Amino acid sequence: MPTTEEVRADLAEIVNEVAGVPADDVQLDKSFTDDLDVDSLSMVEIIYAAEEKFGVSIPDEEAKNLKTVGDAVAYIERAAA
Amino acid sequence: MSRIRVVVTGLGATTPLGGDVPTTWESLLAGKSGVHKIAADWAEDLPVKIAAQAIADPAEVLERVEARRLDRSAQLAVVAALEAWQDAGYGLREENPVDRERLGVAIATGIGGMITLLNNWDIQKEKGSRRVSPLAIPMLMANASAANVSLRLGARAGAHTPVSACASSNESISLGLDMLRLGRADVAVVGGTEGVIHPLPIASFAQMQALSRRNDEPERASRPWDVDRDGFVLGEGSAMLVIETLEHAQGRGARIYGELAGAGITADAHDMVQPDPTGASQALAMTKALREADLTPGDIVHVNAHATSTPQGDVTEASSIRQSLGEDTEAIISATKSMTGHLLGGAGALESLATLLALYHRKIPPTINLDNPEPDLGIDIATKVRDLPSGELAALNNSFGFGGHNVAVAFTTAYATGGPR
Repeated sequence: MPTTEEVRADLAEIVNEVAGVPADDVQLDKSFTDDLDVDSLSMVEIIYAAEEKFGVSIPDEEAKNLKTVGDAVAYIERAAA
Repeated sequence: MSRIRVVVTGLGATTPLGGDVPTTWESLLAGKSGVHKIAADWAEDLPVKIAAQAIADPAEVLERVEARRLDRSAQLAVVAALEAWQDAGYGLREENPVDRERLGVAIATGIGGMITLLNNWDIQKEKGSRRVSPLAIPMLMANASAANVSLRLGARAGAHTPVSACASSNESISLGLDMLRLGRADVAVVGGTEGVIHPLPIASFAQMQALSRRNDEPERASRPWDVDRDGFVLGEGSAMLVIETLEHAQGRGARIYGELAGAGITADAHDMVQPDPTGASQALAMTKALREADLTPGDIVHVNAHATSTPQGDVTEASSIRQSLGEDTEAIISATKSMTGHLLGGAGALESLATLLALYHRKIPPTINLDNPEPDLGIDIATKVRDLPSGELAALNNSFGFGGHNVAVAFTTAYATGGPR
């Protein structure tokens, strides 16, 4: 099992690739829309890139609840467990 | 008839010959070919293995995140538009001194975001619908380039996308001229783009027998009017012009390349892919452009021909030029597609840019590879750089497209200011 920090770092890489946000800014307490300025279409790209990367399924109804980086990391950890 | 005068104040291009206008222009004068063997593995299985690819990868020029949200055709368009905008002496959006409500955009494409379309379809077939990009549609739609340039410059007087195959970007120049003359805008960014070097369009054009198969001599493949021509070479790239009313340009002391004096549009209504062999409809497009520009056939010293290097098209155009300008026309004709290949929806804009720079610098770029001209063409084709005299001069650029679209655009040296770039 990867650690929380490893999941966060991998997710940060995806956010950087898709939206150009510096990976170091992608911390657990940050909101994707309010803090990182990720728009809705980029969020969809991030979700599907995360599904590929972590081998998990993130249904749309779950995806809309992932407000912060911490929410997403926690979901991925649960789904991968 | 008194009408609003429109001038060209900025030029931008990213082409098979250069990543900007100065490099492209120098290469045109030097008679360089932008046609090469396609390096990608996929070309191995195709009957045509050559193309004129853009020399500077637009994805490397743009910011990475911006580039990944744009189809290649729109990447090329944004690069060329920003060069043109800055060349016109304008800053980017934050410091844009133009009234945005009076700034328009008309950027054409022949095909649109085909590479994005095909890549996403490949992904959907392989991995399922959930892996299709949410950006696929906004990236592949034909108006994406016009919309992205409008967004970048804050242009709010309308963003248009004429689609008329290989005549598309001459049509966008014509549309921009209309916008300014009808008082709908004071300034417009006009031009075209194409980025479809991909196995599918090459296979399809090859099936039509439209492409040159001179795979062993790529640089000699595009040879308009030569007896051994065997089709066009697919090219990619973009070219843009900033046009504005004379009043607006002079009001800000802008450098002026020359006047965009008129345009003429006709449709063959003859065949989907073959030009009307009489050339009458092509000739009428040129004649209409002259009329709109208040020019006579004798005023035209140069024509940048559509001349794609296809067996029938080149001969028809030689005839249509004579029909419009007269059997005794002294206009010097050139086909820069011999060097750039055929940029489809970007062709008209690139060749309009070449036409205007030929007037501005008074040097006509050559037609390369014309070793044995087709007999009895009856036109004076430049095979070396030809100098133009001083004084007021006028020139035409022709673009013709599948579907029978004919668009001629007239430029003059009127109002040009010094300081060649």
